[in-house]
Formats: sequence, C-alpha cells, structure tokens
Amino acid sequence: MEGFTKVYGALLASNSFADRFYQNFIEDNRWLTLLNGLKVTVIVTLEALLIGIIIGFIVAIIRSYHDKTGKFKILNVICKIYLTIIRGTPSMIQILIMYLVVFGSSSLNSIIIGGIAFGINSGAYVAEIVRSGIMSIPEGQTEAGRSLGLSYAQTMRLIIMPQAFKNVLPALVNEMIVLIKETAIIGYIGEQDLTKAAMIIQSRTFDALMPLVAAAVIYLALISLLTFFMNKLERRLRTNER
Amino acid sequence: MNVKGETLLQVENLEKAFGKNKVLRGITTEIHKGEVVVIIGPSGSGKSTFLRSLNLLEKPTGGKIRFEGTDITDPKVNIDIHRQKIGMVFQHFNLFPHKTILENITLAPVTLGKLSPEEANSRAKELLERVGLLEKANTYPEQLSGGQKQRIAIVRALAMDPDVLLFDEPTSALDPEMVGEVLDLMKELAKDGMTMVVVTHEMGFAREVGTRVLFVDEGVIKEENAPKQFFAEPKDPRLQEFLRKVL
Repeated sequence: MEGFTKVYGALLASNSFADRFYQNFIEDNRWLTLLNGLKVTVIVTLEALLIGIIIGFIVAIIRSYHDKTGKFKILNVICKIYLTIIRGTPSMIQILIMYLVVFGSSSLNSIIIGGIAFGINSGAYVAEIVRSGIMSIPEGQTEAGRSLGLSYAQTMRLIIMPQAFKNVLPALVNEMIVLIKETAIIGYIGEQDLTKAAMIIQSRTFDALMPLVAAAVIYLALISLLTFFMNKLERRLRTNER
Repeated sequence: MNVKGETLLQVENLEKAFGKNKVLRGITTEIHKGEVVVIIGPSGSGKSTFLRSLNLLEKPTGGKIRFEGTDITDPKVNIDIHRQKIGMVFQHFNLFPHKTILENITLAPVTLGKLSPEEANSRAKELLERVGLLEKANTYPEQLSGGQKQRIAIVRALAMDPDVLLFDEPTSALDPEMVGEVLDLMKELAKDGMTMVVVTHEMGFAREVGTRVLFVDEGVIKEENAPKQFFAEPKDPRLQEFLRKVL
C-alpha cells in the first residue's frame, strides 16, 4: 500500500489528472482540434451514407429485378463485379486508390474524396442488405400488386420496399455504425477526422491516454445517439402493424 | 345456358411449360360476361396455372388469350392496363400488412388515377359496409381472422371495378368455420352478375353457383358441362374417378 501511494502520489504531483486534462484539451484550445475532427467524421459519414444508400438501393433493385425477370443482364454483371471487388478488398486500399490514383491529379478536397470512397464501399454492403430485404417479402405481395394493375415500379415502391425496409432496418443501422467507425482511416489521406485529431494532440502533449479515450468516448456517444433514434424509428414502424 | 353474354376471355390452345415440365397442354375455352366458371381438378393438374395465366401472372409459352378483344399475350400490349379490369383473389389473401384495411382497398384505384382519394375512400367504405367489415377500416390485416382477410381481399379486387374476378382456391387456406362467410360473399357477387372464374375444391359451390364446370387434368380440359350434368353424368373416366374420391 505504501509503495502504491508513493508511486501514485509522485504521478499525481508531477502530472495530476487536472493538469493532464488541462494540457490535452484546454491549452492552446486543443479541444477545438477534437471538435473539428468530429465535424470531419460526421461530414464524411453523412456523405458516405447518402452515396452508399443511393448506390445500395439501385444495385439491389437491379439485382432483384434481374433475378425475377432475367432482364438487365449486363447491368447485373456490372453490379456483381462491383460487389465482388468492393467486398473483396480492404477499404484502406480502396480509399488510397481513390485518393492517389483516381483523384490523384485533381484538386478535390480529401473530405469529398473520402466521402465518395466510403460511399462506394458502403454501397456494396447496403446493396446486399436491401436485396435480402426484398427477397424476404413473399412473392404473393408482388403478385397482389401486379394483379391490381400496378406496374413493377409502383409495386416495388408502394408495397415491397416499405416492408423490406422495415425488415432490414437493424442490418442497415449496423452498417451505419460500421461506417462511422471506418471513417477513422481517412487520416491516411491527410484529413483530420476525430481519430487523427486525437493523434495530433498526442503528438503535442506526449500523452496518448487522454486524447484517445476522449475520441473513443465521442465515437461511443455518436453511435449511441444513432442507435437510440434508430431503435425509436424501428419501434414506430413495428407498432404500425398491430 | 341459353343466353350468352359477350365474350370476355377467349383462350386459344394455351400452353405453359416450366422448363421441360409441360403444365398446360393446349387449353381452349371462352368465358362470357355473367358466367361463373368453376375449375376443378386434382392437384398438379394445371388448374391454378391456367387461372394465373388469364392475367399473365404466369406467362404462357404457347397459344393466345384475348381479353375484351385484345390479345394480351402479345408482348407489345401493356398488361397493366388490362389487369386493372381482371381482379384476382388469392389462396393466401396477400393483403398488404403495412397498410390499413382502408389503404389496402384504396391503394390501387388512387395510385392508378382511377379514383380521387376521397372517392376511393367512400367507395371502399361502401364496399366494407356491404361485407360487414366497416368497423375494421382502420385496423391492419394482422388483426383480422382468415375469413375476414379473404373478404377484404375480395373487396380490394372489387374496388378496381373489374370486369371479371379470378379466384385461386379462395377458401383452401381457411379454417373450416370461416369457409362459409367467404363462399356466401362469392355467391352474392355471382347473383349480382359478376363474371367469375373460380378454382376451388368446394363442390357444393360449383354445383350451386357455377354456370359451367371445367375439369382440368394433365394440362387439358377433360370435360366441361353445366353443373347438373357435370356431377350427375360425368363421362371422362378420370373425372368419374376424381368425383368418386371427393364427393
């Protein structure tokens, strides 16, 4: 006990919690670095989410339309190649290729490049999630819609998609959570997101624990908030039925 | 039947194959306005496939179907427009679980611009009143019994004001005590002059309501007749055997 008090006391004396907190977050307005990092993380996530959902729904609809009717052969092959490549390679490599090769000679902001790269990546996962949702709806629903005279598109939009969406919402939320955390690698293309911000503070203060824990807590809060609202949405969609 | 109404559906040598499996091997018949055509036959005979071909839920692999004069098997024809006039009722109801009863009924007429939302609502309520389910208008299909679901499915088809109604084993998925309420509604429709094509195992319904009964077996119509003769003096040996088993 005595030894512990000695060591701990020394630590406290040289570098008390308050001191460390001050150094890592208050001094030189370092909390602003974290805040700006959070902004980047949120912006990139929203961009990627939007792009991913658009790509995902389009790919899912093409694939299930092909499965049902045999049409759209070439588009279906393109979609399959897209899914294979995106899901079969690390997102780290994808984002680097996007930054260094595809947009290598362009002056486009790396926030935008990152958003596009993550969006294209996420789209592949969203596509398969949505497709599984479409497949989960019994064939009779399509038949009922079509027999009333609704077109394929109308049946899809008014009857299949609303039910499919409800079924896949938990999986979509999962994908969103993965996406938020995955944006942490955007630091590799020179963008200062939340993770990078923590590393910057660490490089100034030589204290790794405080900024990293702070970043982790912020990620956790962000994802908890998202989960909270999505659970609410899910409950609302469910109670609608009974 | 002495007086025949105008021809609604004209089926010519209809064929349907799933891969090598030939389900329909040339069916020719006509369905006239006001008729109640009951189709019976053993399972796997092709009777459901035949019915589902009439609105092209199954794409025929041969032959022609004319609906009100138009060859709907022609790929250039927009089938959606003709389907608006061919209602269908399914064995498993296929109500839309995410929509209220009222929305189930008004969805198609409103989406297709046949009725304004107000018109569709009042028409739906009229129909619901008629089948005694008005108080269910704002509930969801989940909350209904099987018989109620099927009556709603019939109402949903009626809301499009179809010229003919197709029934694909409408009572086969129902508990026995609920069969009656659905058959009663179908009888009423028949009495009002609705043209109906019914695939069913309810021989009582065929006898009582049908104007013509078809026996489909091995992908062809083996026998057709007015119900009285059909059940009293079956000629085809397969039909004789079938009736012995089910009656």
